[in-house]
Amino acid sequence: MNTPKELSYTAEHEWVAIEDDTATIGITDYAQGELGDIVFVELPGEGDSTVQGDPFGTIEAVKSVSELFAPLSGIIIEANTALEDQPELVNSDPYGDGWIIKLKVADAAQVEKLLSAEEYEEQVSS
Amino acid sequence: MNAGKTALYDTHVKLGAKMVEFAGYLMPVQYRGIKEEHFKVRDSVGIFDVSHMGEFFFSGDKALEFLQQMTLNDVSKLEPFRAQYTAMCDDSGGLIDDLILYCFDDSYMMIVNAANRAKDFAWLQEHLIDGVDFTDRSDEFSLFAVQGRNAEAVLQKLTDLDLSEIKFYWFREGMVAGEKAFVARTGYTGEDGFEIGADAARSPELWNAILEAGAEYGLEPIGLAARDTLRMEMKYCLYGNDIDKSTNPIEAGLGWITKVDKGDFVGRGAIVRVKEAGASRRLVGFQMKERGVPRQNYAIYKDGQNIGHVTSGTFSPSLEQGIGIGYVAVPHNTAGTGIQIQIRNKFVAAEVVKTPFYQRPY
Repeated sequence: MNTPKELSYTAEHEWVAIEDDTATIGITDYAQGELGDIVFVELPGEGDSTVQGDPFGTIEAVKSVSELFAPLSGIIIEANTALEDQPELVNSDPYGDGWIIKLKVADAAQVEKLLSAEEYEEQVSS
Repeated sequence: MNAGKTALYDTHVKLGAKMVEFAGYLMPVQYRGIKEEHFKVRDSVGIFDVSHMGEFFFSGDKALEFLQQMTLNDVSKLEPFRAQYTAMCDDSGGLIDDLILYCFDDSYMMIVNAANRAKDFAWLQEHLIDGVDFTDRSDEFSLFAVQGRNAEAVLQKLTDLDLSEIKFYWFREGMVAGEKAFVARTGYTGEDGFEIGADAARSPELWNAILEAGAEYGLEPIGLAARDTLRMEMKYCLYGNDIDKSTNPIEAGLGWITKVDKGDFVGRGAIVRVKEAGASRRLVGFQMKERGVPRQNYAIYKDGQNIGHVTSGTFSPSLEQGIGIGYVAVPHNTAGTGIQIQIRNKFVAAEVVKTPFYQRPY
């Protein structure tokens, strides 16, 4: 399981990279492995708002469909439209080209409550 | 009930399989990735462990008469070493199970769905007549499916049987890799291939021998998840999804195995009534015209009206599109009919198509 130390995580298997007030969000390597071949990512639109814990999109794998839950509240600045034609990027590069959305964080306090890499790994293995 | 481990459990785990409980057994759902496994079967050859399926045996003077009574297809058409796809219905014409019946010199074998094994056994036992010896020998057998255009070449290395002489839905008994086995030219993938039944206690030896023989063709183990996408591309029914007690064989498209003229059988009266009145709904295959993946129980619409539901759906690796199987009200069942699948809060365009979705190129 690849869990980069510099990222933050949620119990719903998302990772978050914070840079100033911008959060880049994707799903973890563990999650992509569990889902298997991803065939479709339903993305929100630019300017849509997210509410922490609420679904903001959907990931379809060959066998299953899963909702994506917003790790943070905010406004979507960019969705990774490359995933429309290459959803498999989420499998091949979950922390890089397979990122899903970037959002402007509404409440910095929420960032504090995200899981560290260690906490996330502990949760996955328990 | 705790999930049982087949003799191959450790072998699958060593091969990197993700194991899931299926019909009371821990079975390999995936080894390397569904798409990769799917294309391995479509392009070359793969092996599936389907040992969880049930094997029932019937012998005695009245075996033919009993099986004619219990199954839809015409058992009198069978001859030794010929197999037949068939099904069982209850008195109201609801499907109990679909199965393959194999004819030996003086007995018959039925291979049934793992999830239905106990139910089928009880149903057959309940209707059993004098003169039939009926036994469930499922635990004695392993069952492997070797599927793909190179299946014959792989297996031929391991047996003196001339596999080229075994026609589709025929089988032979003989030695495979030193194990006594039956080898049937059947499958659930749409590819050429065989299903091999042998002594469960020796299943790791046979499995490994096939893996070794197949290495030069790139043979790999294939999980149940790819088995599902492969069968969906052929619109083969899966019991519990596309057919069950609430569906009859006519609406399910199994009229071709339902021989109402062969004489009486359980469910015949109800099925004849459906045939005479005409089925009110039909199991169809459909393809998405827009991005989206249909899933079981999604609603099917036509011009704002709910006309049915999805019974199986997936992303088809071969077509690179969402495909599905589902019941729609007649007359919306004809190929070319535009329909909509409700995917979450959206109505996504799809079209009823001729099936199978996939045609093998050889």
